[in-house]
Amino acid sequence: MNQKRTGSLLIRGGHVIDPAAKLDAPMDILLRDGHVADVAPPNKLRDASSETFDARGLIVAPGFIDLHVHLREPGQSYKETIASGSAAAAAGGFTSVCCMPNTLPIVDSPEWVTWLQLPDRRAVVNVFPIAAATHASKGAVLTDFRALQRAGAVAISDDGRPILNDAIMRETLRLAAEIGIPVIQHAEDTRVTEHCSMNESPTSFRLGLRGMAASAEASVVERDVQLAQQFTGSRLHVAHISTAEALKVVRRGKRNNIRVTCEVTPHHFSLVDEDVGDYDTNFKMNPPLRSVADREAILVALADGTIDAIASDHAPHALHEKVVEFERAMFGITGLETALALAITKLHREQKIPLSRIVELFTSGPARVVNLKGRGSLARGNHADVTIFDPKKRWTFEVGKSRSKSRDSPFDGWQLTGKVVATIVGGRVVHRTD
Amino acid sequence: MIAIRKNQTSDIPGIASGSLLGIEHMAAAEIMSLLKAAARMNPRRSRPLLRGKRVLLLFYEPSTRTRSSFEIAAKSLGAITTLVQSSGSSIEKGESLLDTVYTLRAVGADILVIRHPNAGAPLLAARHLDIPVINAGDGMHEHPSQALLDAYTILRHKKTLNGLHITIVGDIYHSRVARSAIHLFSKFGAKITLCGPADFLPELAASLAPGLHLSRTVEDAVRGADAVMVLRVQKERLAGKKISLQEYILKYQVTAERLKLAKKDALLMHPGPIVRGLELTSEVADCPQSVIVEEVQNGVPVRMAILARALGKGKGRR
Repeated sequence: MNQKRTGSLLIRGGHVIDPAAKLDAPMDILLRDGHVADVAPPNKLRDASSETFDARGLIVAPGFIDLHVHLREPGQSYKETIASGSAAAAAGGFTSVCCMPNTLPIVDSPEWVTWLQLPDRRAVVNVFPIAAATHASKGAVLTDFRALQRAGAVAISDDGRPILNDAIMRETLRLAAEIGIPVIQHAEDTRVTEHCSMNESPTSFRLGLRGMAASAEASVVERDVQLAQQFTGSRLHVAHISTAEALKVVRRGKRNNIRVTCEVTPHHFSLVDEDVGDYDTNFKMNPPLRSVADREAILVALADGTIDAIASDHAPHALHEKVVEFERAMFGITGLETALALAITKLHREQKIPLSRIVELFTSGPARVVNLKGRGSLARGNHADVTIFDPKKRWTFEVGKSRSKSRDSPFDGWQLTGKVVATIVGGRVVHRTD
Repeated sequence: MIAIRKNQTSDIPGIASGSLLGIEHMAAAEIMSLLKAAARMNPRRSRPLLRGKRVLLLFYEPSTRTRSSFEIAAKSLGAITTLVQSSGSSIEKGESLLDTVYTLRAVGADILVIRHPNAGAPLLAARHLDIPVINAGDGMHEHPSQALLDAYTILRHKKTLNGLHITIVGDIYHSRVARSAIHLFSKFGAKITLCGPADFLPELAASLAPGLHLSRTVEDAVRGADAVMVLRVQKERLAGKKISLQEYILKYQVTAERLKLAKKDALLMHPGPIVRGLELTSEVADCPQSVIVEEVQNGVPVRMAILARALGKGKGRR
């Protein structure tokens, strides 16, 4: 998409943060024909034919990349569509999203990978499919990774249906290593988390809910890191990491030069298990909200570089799937439109993590994980994907105004700081707030 | 939607006053006034405080005691009762909990009593209704009317709960009775000891209320107790656990010999249904200290008080 000529756009007066290019300075940027034509100090660029975007007082960053969204198509358009989900992405400043294959049917064939990328889907941002590792994500028969990659899949994952069988996981990592495609694992030992609906904690005991042990995440990460180091070139990515224990395993793996990466969600760095309160299903997701100590470990890992990306795990559901008994409610919340503001509010303002690190977690970090060429940085010649935001703007998130079809957010009514002003995909402004 | 919330003077925002959802969020004074109201209720002498009112009993799980007790309590107050169970109702056709309770409200329910396998289900119903909702047991969460009748029973034999040593033995993890009882006894300053194997009594249990003591040895737990509450052990819940049925019986069964370690006038309690020969011996179930049958009897006046309170009745002396 966005291959057609789009004219040129001059973004003037902004402060560019482009961690991959080690840039953190006032700069003007010229976009032309879907690519970055030039980046230069203020007032050096002249292009009479171009439109001008006044970015004074704003941060100009490479387009944000979300490694983990559920767009629900094919098959569950009552929850979300690629059109509505990508509109929410644009509103949240994301110019690229990677969509998980746990749809109906599961995206386990090149045909479905192609289908997801057709113009008929009316995506307003770039959509990069993640394809299933096994047929119907049943964990038994491997899919054709090479064919899936050729069709456009950027990663392999049985998200939501973790690969627990050692032999299958080993084979997945081996074959993926051969073609250089990352394997994303939702690390959860589902054999011990059956019927669980939140984190094992004083809150789960108080509410009489079965709790997921933190070790059910760490044990799978541990096993996967062990397997990943057996194959040269294998790239393991841990989805939505949520526990101190699992972070320790990833940190150790990185120190031993194993190619393991991980992402964290805004809700895991913003909330803890106690926030479930008295059965609020907007706080029910998988992995569940964890303990205060786990959240603290996440904050440390975000600051020290152990975590590679912030991913929303945008998981929209219909009302009738959430306004039910807690144990029967679907796992998952939306997250595309609140991700940046939560990062600025919770990480930058509260934890003093520099804005450049936050931008890295939304741009070059995720781009490296799934190896997106020409994205995640504003280097000359790269795709003209740009996110412009106001890091100081205070606003209140109202879920009723969300572009997503879903209304399941724990952040409704939250006062946040940091707001997307414009989202530019391939040189075209796809979202704009004043 | 028929049940629109309006003009409530509720204790929990958005919940109709008079609801009884759990002990956890109740004040001690509120509990005490309920227990006092129960003492004024006599199931043998009908008191038509709820004449013409409709009490809907919505039971998603089987029940003998709680159901019949609520029904008799409601009828003793002059109310009309209707029982809806999951089998034989539209619940079998996939009707949601909320649609079911909207329907029951629409047919004219004044009070809704709910027993449900999912924790928090009565609260969900209460959040969407304008009539009081009574929790008759929700999953592993709470069983407030049981805790109230247990406190009522203890207070018929002991002057106060304050300082009393109460021991609870058995499957505490899966027990809504235990959670409600612990909250209640703790609010009144009782010394509570919980006893069971790790599968039934995780260390996390200690976080439920202040001053809880955990024990893995039934003899230690029972020694010096003023009341011993035994909980039912479901055989199927021992499947795949570290402890076997035989081992449980050996280590944790309340026997006459073990009960002797408690105070001489200790009460032996059990919320029922009991499994003789498993969590306690038949001898213990029927011993003079056993108040198991009395607990069931006391359930009726206590539930009369709960229902009267639901509609703001029965506060004054008769």
